Amino acid sequence: MWKNLCEKMFGRSLWVYHANSGGCNGCDIEVLNALTPYYDAERFGIKLVGSPRHADVMLCQGPAMRSTATALKRAYEAMPAPKLVFAIGSCACGGGIWFDSYSVIGPVEKIIPVNYYVPGCPPRPEAIIYGVAVALGIVEKKVVPVEFQAQELPIPKYHPDELRREGELVVYEKAEKV
Amino acid sequence: MSLKSKLGETLICLKAGRVTLPYPAQPARAPEHFRGRPIFDASKCIGCAGCANNCPAREILVYDVCQEIRILQYLGRRCTYCGRCADVCPEKAITMSQAFESATNNIGDLQQRLDLFMSTCQRCGRCFKPASVLEELKMKGYRFDDLENERWIFRSRARLEGDAVVDDVAIELD
Repeated sequence: MWKNLCEKMFGRSLWVYHANSGGCNGCDIEVLNALTPYYDAERFGIKLVGSPRHADVMLCQGPAMRSTATALKRAYEAMPAPKLVFAIGSCACGGGIWFDSYSVIGPVEKIIPVNYYVPGCPPRPEAIIYGVAVALGIVEKKVVPVEFQAQELPIPKYHPDELRREGELVVYEKAEKV
Repeated sequence: MSLKSKLGETLICLKAGRVTLPYPAQPARAPEHFRGRPIFDASKCIGCAGCANNCPAREILVYDVCQEIRILQYLGRRCTYCGRCADVCPEKAITMSQAFESATNNIGDLQQRLDLFMSTCQRCGRCFKPASVLEELKMKGYRFDDLENERWIFRSRARLEGDAVVDDVAIELD
């Protein structure tokens, strides 16, 4: 009962801290756009705070850079648990298009553990609100991995002489050579 | 502050009306030319790997697992939705959709993977798309004339004036 009551009372208000570790400010502007009266994230209890010590959620923008990796890690450690980390934008999710540059380490998950990903370059403010709503459990996530398999091969892939029947299975002896 | 200024502020606020969008309650539409998640059409793709060569983030991988199957894999982690893959695709197999609500807790959810069936060149042993490409060439104005050497010849639509041809022949004779 205590747990249910606590979840009901305290589960809905996220205070966010946004950390830019070397991005181009595009995602910054979209995050601030999500807090304007037009999109009004404060009606869900989402509030921007200035210090990681007050925050529940860290919104990471920009890739993990060589120069800011230590600061990012310290900001993450300064947040009180339980804490969530959102990677916002292509840079934070996967390293951005300068992923192979000498100063870029890669996605922020190489430095700190990431819980939710909001891809986009930059993501729309609606997409950021949607990501937070996914984290709060208001909506279900929509993306699923897509896979198209070739149904069957018209040409037999293996030479029939190499096939050996073993019980109900058919074993191909030179499988590693294909 | 006086009461009067407070009342004035109230009036200004009332005049503005409600500006907040009802986004999570009602679905929002992206603008018309918004480029969202690219959608790969396996039935149209010929496996030319032009998208993989043009991707600035190197997020599209094309590799052959055997002589018949080529795999095109879109990872989507650092995709910037620039639309260069859709621009360069000769078969228009890639379309930039309007989907932007792609927040997820697992980055692997963003990937798309196509298994493409390719036939094998008898000479070099590498992949190419079976007969349909040649059929398409035929539709675009190529013809299959030289049966012995199996060569495809472009069907010209140019027309020469009869007199000019006669003059050219005369010059060569001189």
